[in-house]
Amino acid sequence: MNNGALITAENLVKQYPIGGRKFTALNDVNLTVQKGEFLGLVGPSGSGKTTLLNIIGALDYPTSGSAIVIGTDTKELSHRESARLRNEHLGFIFQTYNLLPVYTVFENVEFPLLLLGMDTEDRKKAVMGILDRVGLADRAASRPSQLSGGESQRVAVARAMVKKPKVVLADEPTANLDAENSHNVLQMMAKLNEEFQSTFIFATHDEKVIGYLRRKITLNDGRVAEDIETTPQYN
Amino acid sequence: MTRFLLKGLIRDHHRSLFPVIIVTAGVMTSILGYCFMHGIIDDMVRSNAKLDTGHVKVMTRAYGDISRQLPNDLAILNVGDLIGDLEGDYPHMEWTARIKFGGLIDLPDEHGETRSQGPSFGIALDLLGPNSRERDRLGLKKALVRGHLPQAPGEILISEEFANRLGADMGDLATLVSSTAHGGMAVQNFTIVGSVRFGIAPMDRNAIIANLSDVQYALDMEDSAGEVLGFFPNLIYDDKIAKKTARDFNSKIHQPEDEFSPVMLTLREQGGLGEYLDTVNSRVAIILFGFFFVMSLVLWNAGLMSGIRRYGEMGVRLAIGESKGHVYRSLLGESILIGTVGSILGTAIGLGFSYYLQEVGLDISSMTKGSNMLMANIMRAKITPASYYIGFLPGLLATLVGSAISGIRIFKRQTAQLFKELEV
Ligand SMILES: Nc1ncnc2c1ncn2[C@@H]1O[C@H](COP(=O)(O)OP(=O)(O)OP(=O)(O)O)[C@@H](O)[C@H]1O
Ligand SMILES: [Mg+2]
Repeated sequence: MNNGALITAENLVKQYPIGGRKFTALNDVNLTVQKGEFLGLVGPSGSGKTTLLNIIGALDYPTSGSAIVIGTDTKELSHRESARLRNEHLGFIFQTYNLLPVYTVFENVEFPLLLLGMDTEDRKKAVMGILDRVGLADRAASRPSQLSGGESQRVAVARAMVKKPKVVLADEPTANLDAENSHNVLQMMAKLNEEFQSTFIFATHDEKVIGYLRRKITLNDGRVAEDIETTPQYN
Repeated sequence: MTRFLLKGLIRDHHRSLFPVIIVTAGVMTSILGYCFMHGIIDDMVRSNAKLDTGHVKVMTRAYGDISRQLPNDLAILNVGDLIGDLEGDYPHMEWTARIKFGGLIDLPDEHGETRSQGPSFGIALDLLGPNSRERDRLGLKKALVRGHLPQAPGEILISEEFANRLGADMGDLATLVSSTAHGGMAVQNFTIVGSVRFGIAPMDRNAIIANLSDVQYALDMEDSAGEVLGFFPNLIYDDKIAKKTARDFNSKIHQPEDEFSPVMLTLREQGGLGEYLDTVNSRVAIILFGFFFVMSLVLWNAGLMSGIRRYGEMGVRLAIGESKGHVYRSLLGESILIGTVGSILGTAIGLGFSYYLQEVGLDISSMTKGSNMLMANIMRAKITPASYYIGFLPGLLATLVGSAISGIRIFKRQTAQLFKELEV
């Protein structure tokens, strides 16, 4: 299947109806992503980065063309099937962390495993393991409101990574973090990428993030303007 | 998973505590209102039945047409035979004759001169018969304030208020001045042996209660009576059986062309009581429905508010891989839980208050003072079997409807859109 590509976008078009007219957010996007990549969608605000990320994550659907994610065309999935795809293979990291405030750090990270139907013992092991990796094992019982921004985002990373997904989608994950915390989180993600062979796709215009990428896809007005390999600056 | 969601629900007071309080308050109010209205209706039916209408009443049509004027000249003759027939044909009810009469009560001094007097409303019933249940039906023992119940012919009871007004003591002589069934003057001496208070304004104003045969003699009504009442032995009115009995009796006995032939009316058919009860009942239904409606709106709104507050949570749960159907069902599950807990709490508290109002009651004597309605001065709630479950309808349904409607907005929205709204 497409030379073993993990994700393929073919002639992807996304249009939004705006007051009777159509606004084209993505215009004929083509790209393939292999297993284990660490790539970023960059470009000015409004260029379509989030839109593309949402389509890859089966949270949104293309107007035409197709997005093939881990062997399935997302257009063909029912609500339930796309939920299963996200549950089994995709991890999301958001700009605003989006931890569930009523749950503890442990419970937030545990949630995806509950959905997968994992039993209690395995869940506990997996959650404590990943919390250890992000350096927050001692905060397992804390509530999100008791964490700093950097710590919150590390919990969000742990939540995305705990099920060792094939793909991690991260939309502006450093936008709310200072430089030190940004590097902290990014280094961690780079390490997890190496270790678990999870594919990371960022949407960002943060130079710090770009400094970690191995591939940079620049979007401009919904089109792929540039798609190049880069050498990570940091590491 | 369920435990996980439950934990979240309990920790988030906006989602659990506040809605539960709303439901509890709503259900409690509904139950209290329901029990209270039920108590009032029940009391009215009871009071009317025991003092006036019976569960069914037989009288001549002519008497029935103007029964408020106490027209004893139109009374039923051969009442002994009639009661015998009724007892034979309709043994499921207890039959008893009564005479209502008006007159002047005159208290003489030791010289036989009038000491005090006043107009009076009298009920004559079988107080002395060994098998008579009239004493129990009227609750005379409970109503007794001074003295004792009549034990011999010529003894009467008088309402306490009336006795005080006349300055009557127990054992005093009282002369009834009235008119006979044939239009002549009737004068009869009685001994006041007891005073009673029913807690029902028109009865307590100026009533005397006398033995049937004494009054039959005084008013020249041998073997005749204004009305024959039928009661269900358990004293609970059953409209269906009452109607059936009346229909049967009227088709067999009543002759429409003869205005002196006896006719049977059910409790509901007398004095517009049926329409009155229907009105009250429909008011209660409207009030309950109103509560239900308002509560639904409040809960719906609360659901919407918390729904908007929870777009983020919903978005994350969907992104992590929960299906929309599962999220929606968990919302409904939460609301069922909240509705159930709130309904149970509300029912318990509502029943508690209702029980208090059933045992202690609410004194409205200042409002009933001038009234002619046979209605107790103390309003009491009444707990019926329905009170135990009636609150669940508004409680559970309102919560469910509220969150179902507000949840649809989450369900319909594009998943990606949920994040957009969360970012602003
Ligand atoms: N639901 C929508 N309805 C209408 N237009 C939309 C909608 N979502 C996105 N757009 C438009 O599509 C374009 C691309 O949006 P997108 O969010 O993908 O940009 P972005 O590259 O992520 O920008 P940023 O860097 O600011 O996050 C924007 O011009 C935006 O206004
Ligand atoms: Mg964006």
